[in-house]
This record gives sequence, structure tokens and C-alpha cells, in this order.
Amino acid sequence: MYKIAVMGDRDSIYGFAAVGLETRPVADQAEAAKTLHDLAQGGYAVIYITENYASLLGREIAHYSEGALPAIIPLPGVSGNTGLGIARVKKSVEQAVGSDIIFGAQGK
Amino acid sequence: MATTLPNPTRMELTRLKRKLTTALRGHKLLKDKRDELMRQFLDLVRENKALRERVEAGLAQCNQNFVLARAGMSDEELNTAMMAPKQEVLLEADSRNVMSVDVPVFRYKTRTSDPADIYAYGFAFTSADLDDAVQSLADLLPDLLRLAEVEKSCQLMAAEIEKTRRRVNALEHVMIPETQQQIRYITMKLDENERSTQTRLMKVKDMMLEQTHHYREKNEEKYAAG
Repeated sequence: MYKIAVMGDRDSIYGFAAVGLETRPVADQAEAAKTLHDLAQGGYAVIYITENYASLLGREIAHYSEGALPAIIPLPGVSGNTGLGIARVKKSVEQAVGSDIIFGAQGK
Repeated sequence: MATTLPNPTRMELTRLKRKLTTALRGHKLLKDKRDELMRQFLDLVRENKALRERVEAGLAQCNQNFVLARAGMSDEELNTAMMAPKQEVLLEADSRNVMSVDVPVFRYKTRTSDPADIYAYGFAFTSADLDDAVQSLADLLPDLLRLAEVEKSCQLMAAEIEKTRRRVNALEHVMIPETQQQIRYITMKLDENERSTQTRLMKVKDMMLEQTHHYREKNEEKYAAG
């Protein structure tokens, strides 16, 4: 049985506790990196992370992106949508197809 | 093309021919794998895009609700309300094999099955905005989990497609032409050797006949006499 965690700045994530996900508020990059490693090795299948921390922890996230689990998914936080999540989808299209054929129409 | 020339022997030729057949078959299989992966990937990535847009819009709404709820309550009250969640999401992760890529499949159960029974706090000290916020997030939860599954699958498949494409290209543009070149080289070399042996044999035969019958001397005598 796996668990689901949400990490990020407290304001963005405290609500997730109410729906039954584990919240891990972090305050700075070093703490975030440590929390991410702990979560990834601690039997969490899905780790949601706010976009601002996801952009800081690019290397750590890439490290875990090869295995089947955990799935690390960036979500927009309370400070607004930075477009990082969509950019990631776009990147995987580019990786697979060679050029972007899904988001091309949007001109992003 | 071929940097090192192979030994022009029959054994090497057989080996190379066998290698070429394997390479051709592997190329065809990998190409099929790539095409099928690509088809599934494109379906999945379209779903991923739609889901992400929906989740991001939903989350923006949720965040707004939570900010509103927070504004109407003190931090202590909010912390108390959120301290002991009633709801718990239990996740089971399986994996599904799509063209040799193990993609995750999530099934989840919630501890309280009644969707109205998720509030972990009494209603006396919390604002109604908090109820709305929690409700909106709970509604978004299935999409969130599906997003995790789809996005992870997309990433894994994208990596696999890239790898397969490299292999197909390496076979198509390097391995197969190189082997064909080597086979041609050996065939030509062997043919050449055979021709040279044949010529040598013919020459030897001529010489041996000459030695036994002395054609040339007889011819010369004939001309001299005539």
C-alpha cells in the first residue's frame, strides 16, 4: 500500500491534508531537497510538489524520473501558475516525437 | 564506410549474412515497436494535456477558496481544523506493460466512502469558506491522481520512444549498410580469388600439355619446312 504526499510552501498545500493526502511543508531549497529524497525513498508512489520548488529541484526530480515510482508531479501553488507543468508535458512530447506537435497551435 | 575490412573467408561471409538477417529482423521489430509506442503515447499525451489544464484550472480555484478561508479564520483555528484529517487516501500501485514499458496503474480507496463525510472538524469554529475549499479540493482529487498516473506514463514512454528511435536509426543507417558493404566486399574478393585460381589452372594446363606434346616445337618445324 502506497502513500501520497504533497510538498511545498505551507500556504499552497495545507488544504490537501483535509482530503487525506500527507502534507510536508518546506521552507527552503535545502529542506525541500531533503524532504523529496525522504519521500521518494519512503514508500510514496505519488509526490505532488509546488511549481516553485519543482523549478528549484530540477536535478533531483530528473533523478527520480527514470524509475516507475515515485511519480513526481508539479502543481501550481498559491502564488500562481508558472507554466512549468505544461512545459514538462511539452518536453516529453519533444523527446518522443522530435518536435512539438501537440502544443504547437498554442504558440507557447 | 567500413572502417575495418573483414577477413575474406567463407566462414566470415556466413557469419555476416547471419548478422544481416538478425539486424533486418530486429530493425523491423523495433520499428513496429516504435510506431505502436508512438500511437499510444500520442493518445496518452493528449489526455495528459487535457487533464493538466483541467487540474490547473481547478487548483487555481481551490487555492482561491483556501486563501479566502484563511482570511476568515485565525491561524490557530485553521491548524486545529486541519490537524486530524478524517479522510485518508489509500493508494495501490500496479504496473502495466505497454510495449515493454512498465507504466504505473493507480487504484485508490478513500477511508470514508461518503463524499459528504470528509470534514475533520466541527462546524462551530470554522468558516463556511473552508468547507467550500475542502469540497472543491476533494472533487479534484480523482483528476489529480489520474494526472499523476498519466503524466508518469507519458514520461516513461517518451524516454522509451527516444531509445527505440535511436536503435532503429542505428540499425537502419549504420549497422545494416555496413554489414551489406562487408558482405559485398567478401563476395567480390572470393569471386576474384576463384577467377584467379581458374586462370592459373588454365595456364598450368597449357604448360603441362606443352611439356608432353611439344606443340610449339612441332608448329615451328612445320613452318620451317613449309
